[in-house]
Amino acid sequence: MRGNFSTITKMFSAGVIAAGLSMSVPAKAADDTIKVGILHSLSGTMAISETTLKDVMLMLIEEQNAKGGLLGKKLEAVVVDPASNWPLFAEKARELISKDKVAAVFGCWTSVSRKSVLPVFSELDNILFYPVQYEGEESERNVFYTGAAPNQQAIPAVDYLMSADGGSVKRWVLEGTDYVYPRTTNKILEAYLKSKGVPAEDIMVNYTPFGFSDWQTEVSAIKKFGSAGKKTAVVSTVNGDANVPFYKELGNQGIKAEDIPVMAFSVGEEELAGLDTGPLVGHLAAWNYFESVDTPENKKFIDDWHKFIKNDKRTTNDPMEAHYIGFNMWVKAVEKAGTTDPDKVIDAMVGVSVPNLTGGYSTMMPNHHITKPVLIGEIQADGQFETVSQTPGLVMGDEWSDYLPDSKDLISDWRAPLSCGNFNVATGKCGGKGTN
Amino acid sequence: MNLLRAIGLLLLLTMASLLPSSAAEADLRAIIAKFATATNFSATEAVVRELATSGDPAVERPLSALADGNLYIRKADSQVFVGKEAGDGIEVLDPLSGEKAADAAKADLTKIKVNNSLRRVIRDALGTLTLRAKDASVRLAAAATMFKTPGAANIEPLDAAIAAETDASVKVLFEQARAASVLVSDKPEADKLAAVSVIAARGDRDALSLLTSVEAGAQGTVKEAASAAVSRINSTLALWDAGQNIWYGISLGSVLLLAAIGLAITFGVMGVINMAHGEMVMLGAYTTFVVQQVIRTSFPGLFDWSLVIALPLAFLVAALVGLAIERGIIRFLYGRPLETLLATWGVSLILQQAVRTIFGPTNQEVGNPSWMSGSFDVGQLAITWNRLWILVFALAVFAVLLYVMKRTPWGLQMRAVTANRRMAASMGIRTPWVDALTFALGSGIAGIAGVALSQIDNVSPNLGRGYIIDSFMVVVFGGVGNLWGTLVGAFSLGIVNKVLEPYAGAVLGKIVVLVLIILFIQKRPRGLFALKGRAVEA
Repeated sequence: MRGNFSTITKMFSAGVIAAGLSMSVPAKAADDTIKVGILHSLSGTMAISETTLKDVMLMLIEEQNAKGGLLGKKLEAVVVDPASNWPLFAEKARELISKDKVAAVFGCWTSVSRKSVLPVFSELDNILFYPVQYEGEESERNVFYTGAAPNQQAIPAVDYLMSADGGSVKRWVLEGTDYVYPRTTNKILEAYLKSKGVPAEDIMVNYTPFGFSDWQTEVSAIKKFGSAGKKTAVVSTVNGDANVPFYKELGNQGIKAEDIPVMAFSVGEEELAGLDTGPLVGHLAAWNYFESVDTPENKKFIDDWHKFIKNDKRTTNDPMEAHYIGFNMWVKAVEKAGTTDPDKVIDAMVGVSVPNLTGGYSTMMPNHHITKPVLIGEIQADGQFETVSQTPGLVMGDEWSDYLPDSKDLISDWRAPLSCGNFNVATGKCGGKGTN
Repeated sequence: MNLLRAIGLLLLLTMASLLPSSAAEADLRAIIAKFATATNFSATEAVVRELATSGDPAVERPLSALADGNLYIRKADSQVFVGKEAGDGIEVLDPLSGEKAADAAKADLTKIKVNNSLRRVIRDALGTLTLRAKDASVRLAAAATMFKTPGAANIEPLDAAIAAETDASVKVLFEQARAASVLVSDKPEADKLAAVSVIAARGDRDALSLLTSVEAGAQGTVKEAASAAVSRINSTLALWDAGQNIWYGISLGSVLLLAAIGLAITFGVMGVINMAHGEMVMLGAYTTFVVQQVIRTSFPGLFDWSLVIALPLAFLVAALVGLAIERGIIRFLYGRPLETLLATWGVSLILQQAVRTIFGPTNQEVGNPSWMSGSFDVGQLAITWNRLWILVFALAVFAVLLYVMKRTPWGLQMRAVTANRRMAASMGIRTPWVDALTFALGSGIAGIAGVALSQIDNVSPNLGRGYIIDSFMVVVFGGVGNLWGTLVGAFSLGIVNKVLEPYAGAVLGKIVVLVLIILFIQKRPRGLFALKGRAVEA
């Protein structure tokens, strides 16, 4: 019996190792290539979102190589799988930097995975491009945030709902998954709404656990809250997997977008792919990019993506655009610095400007956040979003929210001589504290 | 010559008979043509309002097409058309007559954009226009819309509609809609008081919403009447809320029961700590997805039957995988719970990754058949069809399983092997095969649970993860080895969870339930219904 078992374990481990090998592109020790690390979960709960980002990075690198590479060398992708395991993110980041000697890393999705790798990047002095919208309250020298800060997503979204076009909403439900991004975003939104004169009794905040699937009570609570004779909207920071049952319940309980619209910050084309969107037409999302945006750049990007992934049905989404912008910025900064040395590239990054997919240019600001347009889209029956509102110009990412008491005096500027991520303008010292 | 004259006369006559309507039609066409020049939402809204004030029922077609996002402008000549998807292109129809005008490629047309406020305006406009529709359900919908968007202008058409209405249930709704409009108009106080009582009789959330806003805006006796009605409705709604929480609890209980019932066999009866149980549920859900894919591409007419077809297949797929796991791994590990736990956990990871490799990491769309969509009302209680069917299904599965265990020879053998393996073996029962088939049965039932859960949850490789902890909780709480325990355990956990949720919130509610279970297990380590006998000590 025991003998049997140990052979089985051996088979297991062999299988696991084989699976692991097949996932990572063999790392050749060649000096004529520049290595780029890709740190996205390919297994576990986050694989649903992150696998696509790995694929888009491979596509961008392939395209760059077809254009002749960078500084006369070919780019080489090093893919690792941190398996949705937060401590493993730090280990894999260390492996990428020390062992594979990558020039930059593109990766992470959840805030907790980003927080887990931060010390590694500052210790080993490398570069991380973080492509997902997040709660702000952070600015690190080694990190470039290509996703949206709260002021590039949450606040314009709420402004839209308050406007006549958005339905002049007076009563607010802030519905979120219970972790750092929704909690911080809702804290900012609550402060913002109150500053706009919304009384406390017209704001309801509710949190549910990760992967929550039984939304009956929450949806009927929303219905109840919405029957107070004032126009009501839901601002949803519900995370990934819990969204499908949430929207299904909304549809089944007959909550129409015309009556109580739901504005989501974490629902993109990818999440809608698992849903029949017929009953959801008109519910909203705020992003910096939609697949439906009609520009030549976007058309080319989508065509390239379909060709690369060999599937015409695969959607594109906002974090993919963020990687597109981030990668092109890095390429430009490396060309500008003439070297891949992270220290020099970090300094060269600020001020780099590249075209985004929505028909404008995105620029890297001194606070390591970028400028982006903010789009509000309505869900359509075909699972796409249609832009119903767009900010007139580009919005600059504000890392330290002006609506939180702890961070309103902080600014970030990584240019010499200030070179500080949390400069307190009230005390004139570097080293203020954020809210988390 | 005569013939020609006759034809000429005929032509003249037809033209004369067409003239009055075509004049109105020409006006409508002129208004519709303005859609092409409307550059923003408020301009489009102005055109919609203009169409609505024409009062011509013919505008229903372009307006509902606009609301559904099917109204297009042809780029070449700025003509407005209703579009219908046909293959890769779009079939363009005349906006008024609905006759086919031409075919066009998607690139030749610009869709007229709509947003929520525009949809609301269109809905209101259509409400007024469809008050006299032939179909009673259309009139009901119109009345419901007008109730939600009261306005003094509505009173007159509603009065006319009430006078003409023959259907009693529609008439009641018309009267409520009229009352709502009276409340926002400048009618005398007596009328308003009557209106308040009409709306108060309705007694639901919409009535509450309306009366709350009336209470805030009115003065004198109307305000008093409204606030009395509000507090009356509130107290009845509080009762309904309690009933609603119990129903939600039963519904959550049925989901827990479905997820746990297979585990009640593999873990409860056989004592195998099967961490791959959730993945059996996932396999069932993916089977449903594959069945629906095949039906969508080859037999679209069968879609409403997709779940019925998926049930036996899901059972088969999960049971076969279960059989393979039992024969390949678990049978070497009986009596060694720790190793079983690790090995089945490994299996669960392998299955997840296999599914991820085959189907991709993203959610797959599993549609609800029409009989599982939407909801119906019992008093003030909204019951969704999918939840109701899942409850019925869970109880049916439970009954069948109970029958198999208690009334069939196979069930008897299963129980015999569980109670005393060596004695059963001496009586000539082939215990290894009973083990294998029992495990396959448990897995198969997890598979059919997956068919049901695909209707309410997302079908992704992680589907099983969400249910494994809850399933173990139910089985341990109910009492290992006892099917009735699983039933009672699932429903009591479901109800406690849902009754706590409105007060404590979903996160805290779940924590409280876990703490309660820990305390309970301290008191009664074998759960609610402990199986008596020596098997438990073994």
